[in-house]
Amino acid sequence: QDCTFFTRKEILRLHGRYHEMAPNVVPMDYTKDPDVKLPMQLIINMPELKENPFKERIVESFSEDGEGSLSFNDFVDMFSVLSEMAPRELKAIYAFKIYDFNTDNFICKADLEKTLNKLTREELTAEEITLVCEKVIEEADMDGDGKLGFADFENMISKAPDFL
Amino acid sequence: HFGSSVASYFIFLRWMYGINMILFGLTFGLVMVPEALMGKPYGSLPRKTVPRAEEATAMNFATLWDFSGFAQYSVLFYGYYNNQRTIGWLKFRMPLSYFLVGVGTIGYSFMIVIRTMARNANEEGGGDDTSFNFSWKMFTSWDYLIGNPETADNKFASITTSFKEAIVEEQESRKEENIHLTRFLRVLANFLALCTLAGSGYLIFFVVRRSQKFALEGLENYGWWERNEVNMVMSLLGMFCPTLFDVISSLENYHPRIALRWQLGRIFALFLGNLYTFIIALMDEINLKASCLLLISIFNIYWLEEEKIVKYNMTIWEASLYNGTIPENSTAPPVQVDPADVPRGPCWETMVGQEFVRLTVSDTMTTYITILIGDFLRAVFVRFFNYCWCWDLEYGFPSYSEFDISGNVLGLIFNQGMIWMGSFYAPCLPAINVFRLHTSMYLQCWAVMCCNVPQERVFKASRSNNFYMAMLLFILFLSTLPAVYTIVSIPPSFDCGPFSGKTRMFEVISETLEHDFPSWFGKVFGYASNPGLILPFILLMV
Repeated sequence: QDCTFFTRKEILRLHGRYHEMAPNVVPMDYTKDPDVKLPMQLIINMPELKENPFKERIVESFSEDGEGSLSFNDFVDMFSVLSEMAPRELKAIYAFKIYDFNTDNFICKADLEKTLNKLTREELTAEEITLVCEKVIEEADMDGDGKLGFADFENMISKAPDFL
Repeated sequence: HFGSSVASYFIFLRWMYGINMILFGLTFGLVMVPEALMGKPYGSLPRKTVPRAEEATAMNFATLWDFSGFAQYSVLFYGYYNNQRTIGWLKFRMPLSYFLVGVGTIGYSFMIVIRTMARNANEEGGGDDTSFNFSWKMFTSWDYLIGNPETADNKFASITTSFKEAIVEEQESRKEENIHLTRFLRVLANFLALCTLAGSGYLIFFVVRRSQKFALEGLENYGWWERNEVNMVMSLLGMFCPTLFDVISSLENYHPRIALRWQLGRIFALFLGNLYTFIIALMDEINLKASCLLLISIFNIYWLEEEKIVKYNMTIWEASLYNGTIPENSTAPPVQVDPADVPRGPCWETMVGQEFVRLTVSDTMTTYITILIGDFLRAVFVRFFNYCWCWDLEYGFPSYSEFDISGNVLGLIFNQGMIWMGSFYAPCLPAINVFRLHTSMYLQCWAVMCCNVPQERVFKASRSNNFYMAMLLFILFLSTLPAVYTIVSIPPSFDCGPFSGKTRMFEVISETLEHDFPSWFGKVFGYASNPGLILPFILLMV
C-alpha cells in the first residue's frame, strides 16, 4: 500500500481480478510472497486493455524481465500509474517508456512511425506518415539531435491540456 | 464509453441539477411551505379562491395541465400569497421572505457561476494552442477510458480523420488560397444567417398576435393547435433553425472549432431573439387581455387605469350588497360573501408566471418527443429495415444519430434562463425544473447508450467549459433584467400577491426596517444608502 496510490480495499480487488485471470496458478494467499508471473497474452485480454492499441507496450514497460510477464507487484504498479491518482510527472515517465518501441531511451523516427500506425490502424499513406513524423520532431525536438529525449518529451507533455 | 466529451455534457447537467436543487430548496422551504402551512387556507380570501365563473372547469385535467383553475389559485403562483405582514404563530414575514428569496436566488446563481468560471480558468493553465499540435495529436489523442470495441473503432476513425485534417491544413498553409472568394462566401453566409434570425423573430411576433386574436374570439372555437400555437412554434423553431445554420456554415470553410463557435453563437442569438420577441409580444398581449376597448398607450399608466376601473366596480358591487341603502362613509358590519363571488382585479404577475410555466412544460415535452422520435425510432428503423432496403442505411442517409452536445448544452442553458426569469412570479418553477432535469438525465443517458453513435469530430471538452459558463452568465444577466425592472418600476397588482397595496415591491424592505429593527438601525441604513457611499462601493466591487 505504501508503494502505490491505492487503498487496501482496492488492492484486494485488484488481487481478485489477477486471480480470476488464472485461478489455478495464482494463489489466494500472498503472505509467503510467491513468485508467480502471468504471461502477457492473458493480461492483454483484460477488458480494460483489450481495445488499447498500445497494450503490449504498456505491459512490457511494467514487467521486470522486459518480456511482458507481470508478477502481482508489477500488475498493481501498472494500474497504480494508470489511475487518476498518480501525478503527471510519473505518468510522463512511463508514457515515454511506452512510446519508446526499441527501448533505447530515445523516441526516434521509427518509434514515431510505429506509434502513428498503431493509432490510425495504418489508414494513412506513407507520405502522410512521414509528414506527421517530421512535424512532430520539428515541434518537440529541442536539442536538435533528430530524436526525442526524455527532456523534450516531458517539456512537450507538460504543456498539453488533456494528457491523462 | 463515448469518450470524455459526452461525459462532460452529463457532468454539466449534473452541476445544473445541483444548482436547481438549491434554488428549489430556497423557494420551497422559505416561500411555499410557510404559506401552505401558516397562511390563510384556500377559500378564505378572494385572491385564494377560484372565481365562480371558472369553478365548473377548475378540476378538469385540461385546465390543470394548462396551469389554470385550481393550479392557478394555489401556492404555485404569485397571486395566491397574501400581503399580511406576518403570518402564523411564528410571525413569519411572508412578503419580506418572498422578496428576499427572489433576490437571493438570483444572487446565489451569479455567485456560483462566477466562482465556477474562476475555478475553471485556473485549471486550464493557458498555453499556446498552435505549438506542439502534431505531437499532442500523436501522444494524447487516445482516450484510455474506452473499453467498447465499437467505440474504439470510432475513436480510431476520428483520430485518423483528425490527422488527415491537420495534414491538409499544413499543406494548405503552405500554398496560397483565394482570399476574395472565401471572404465573399463568408459574408454571404452571415447574411443568410441574419435573414434566418429576422425571419424567426417575425414569425414569433406574428404567431403571438394571432393567439391574441384567438383569445379575443374565445378559445373554445379553436382546436389544440391554435391554443398552443405559440409554444409549439417556438419549440419547432428551436429544432429546425440550428440545422439550417449548420447547412449555411458549410459555405464558410472555417476550421472546425471556429465553425463550431460561430454555430453556437448563432444558435445563442436565435434563442435570445426568440425569447425577447416573445416577451415583447406578451407584454402587449397582457394589455389587450386587460381591456379590449382602449388603445395601447404607455404600459404603466394604462395598467393603473385598468385597476382604477376594477376598484370602482368593486365599490359599486359592495354597495349593491347593501341594496344601496347605506351611504358610503358609514361603518356597517361587513356582509358575509363567499370569496368566490368577489370580482377580481387583473393579476399580471400570475399570468406571466403561467406563461413561463407553460413554455417550460412544452419545451420539455418537445425535447422528450424529439429524443424518442429522432433518436430511438430512427435507430430502430435503421437497424431493422437495413436488411430490406436499397442502400446501406447505417452508412448512408439516416444512419444512427450522433449525440448533439452543443445543441443539448444550449437547450439546457436557455431553459435555465427561462427558469431564472420566471421564478419570481411562479415559485413552483424551480420544482418543475428539478423534476425535468431528473427525468431528462436518465432519459438522455439511456438514449445515448442505446441509440447514438460516438461523434466523429474530436471535440476537446475541457476548453469549451468556460465558453458554456460565459454564456450561462450572460443569460443569467439578461434573465434577471425583466424581474429586477418590474420590482423597481412597476407597481404590483392591487388585488393579489404578497406586495399588493404597495406602490413598489421593494417597499417591503423599508417597511421591515421601520417596524422590526430598532430605530437607530433605520438611521444607519439611511446614511449608508446615500449614493455617495454606494458608488465607491460599486467601483470597488468592479
